[in-house]
Amino acid sequence: MCGIVGLFLKNPALEPELGRLTAVMLETMTGRGPDSAGFAVYGAGTQQSVKLTLRLPPELNPASLATRFSQALGVEVPVTARGDHAVLVVSAMQEPLARLLLEEEMPLVRIVGSGHSMELYKGIGLPAQVSTRFGLTGMAGTHAIGHTRMATESAVTTAGAHPFSTGRDQCLVHNGSLSNHNDVRRRLVREGLSFETANDTEVAAGYLSWRMRDGARLDEALTAALDDLDGFYTFVVGTENGFGVLRDPVACKPAVMAETDDYVAFGSEYRALVDLPGIEDAHIFEPEPARVYFWERKTAEASA
Amino acid sequence: MNTVIDNTTVDIATGGVRPLNAALHTLNGDITHTLWRVLNPRGQHSIAVGVDAPISITIEGHVGYYCAGMNQHARVVINGNAGQGVAENMMSGEVHVHGDASQAAGATGCGGLLVIDGNAGARCGISMKGIDIVVKGSVGHMSAFMAQVGSLVVCGDAGDALGDSLYEARLFVRGSVRSLGADCEEKPMLPEDRAILAELLERAGVDPTISPDAFRLYGSARQLYHFHIDNVSAY
Repeated sequence: MCGIVGLFLKNPALEPELGRLTAVMLETMTGRGPDSAGFAVYGAGTQQSVKLTLRLPPELNPASLATRFSQALGVEVPVTARGDHAVLVVSAMQEPLARLLLEEEMPLVRIVGSGHSMELYKGIGLPAQVSTRFGLTGMAGTHAIGHTRMATESAVTTAGAHPFSTGRDQCLVHNGSLSNHNDVRRRLVREGLSFETANDTEVAAGYLSWRMRDGARLDEALTAALDDLDGFYTFVVGTENGFGVLRDPVACKPAVMAETDDYVAFGSEYRALVDLPGIEDAHIFEPEPARVYFWERKTAEASA
Repeated sequence: MNTVIDNTTVDIATGGVRPLNAALHTLNGDITHTLWRVLNPRGQHSIAVGVDAPISITIEGHVGYYCAGMNQHARVVINGNAGQGVAENMMSGEVHVHGDASQAAGATGCGGLLVIDGNAGARCGISMKGIDIVVKGSVGHMSAFMAQVGSLVVCGDAGDALGDSLYEARLFVRGSVRSLGADCEEKPMLPEDRAILAELLERAGVDPTISPDAFRLYGSARQLYHFHIDNVSAY
């Protein structure tokens, strides 16, 4: 199983509510994935700065992290701690330096995700525990993607929880299982990508990042995935401005979408959507198999 | 869990699905024309599953998985969309979905009538064993997969692999069929087929201006009934 939720806001008035709405959706999907959960929230950010979401080992104090980075980079580096994660904001120019510092001085720190606007949190436990741990309810933003995991394919670990991010402001959640992920992983490693886990979903995330690194738009990358990824999947992917959905041609894994003038929402089951404002009058549909759905800010319309 | 049951109205928001189903399961075949109204289904699963009484149940809103599964004798009306497996394994009675239905609608049904006013997703009528299904919209891929007995009527279009590995069942489609599954073929519409179709269209309340003559009939080519080495790639 596994549960997926996603919320892409068209109406900026709802942005302060993004975290709260997503938390409710996530908790409703507990039955589909009680062992771990995670979410990516696309919130405030600038093109000149990069947010690094880090997972810290217990012995590392976030305050000392802030001190060390401010000292090393010569500017004040804001660090926001949430549970065992911390978001560190550096200028885009200093990002390589920050990554180097992490690698050399703090090898136990994991970079969970990075981006101008994306923050990514995940952990083991019931979805309600995970969202409380990280304070999801209080988060604001333009779009969010969440996942509740029932592990079938690799271990129940924080690193194995979704979303997976392998590119800036890019993340992916997955319900299903891929059958050719080892082969695709080997190809991508030859292309210079690296992987943290033996998880199939991380390979799918890496695949899309690789396609987009070579210039493909998200919808083009998803279309290519139909040929290259084999197995069962419903994917929901996020980029800095966009939100995409793809189901495999057999479409065993469930997916329901709701669209209003205010938002586009995704749920593995309709239950996940029932508390969204105006859901009674939303256009509710199931995404068709093997069809790429993609919404982007500003234009905010689906392309087929 | 204090669900208030005034003998006709149950609000699932206050008590959940289990008290409703437990109450429905106490009814037996002697009860006639009892009207039940179910409020706030909010996509919950397994609503009104396993009913075995000639009652009417109206559900006001969208339901989750398996709604009205295993139904016997009851008439269940869903004023909303239905999730996966609506009326799965229905034995008799009628289930009417006023919205769309997700995949596997009417799966393995042995009898009764399932009417879907909107579209049905993939695998509609998979392994149907005697149920009749009328979909006023379109159906998704692999519909009537391994269907055995009964009729599937599709007023719109059918997706890929319609009637794959069909045993016996009548598949009537008014619109286009994206592709036929293995061992499914178009058949001539005989007077008895047409009579069955006309009756189903009328019972389902399909727009009377839609003539049975607008439909094509598909059925089994009966080449996969017995193992034959030449067909090995089709199994």
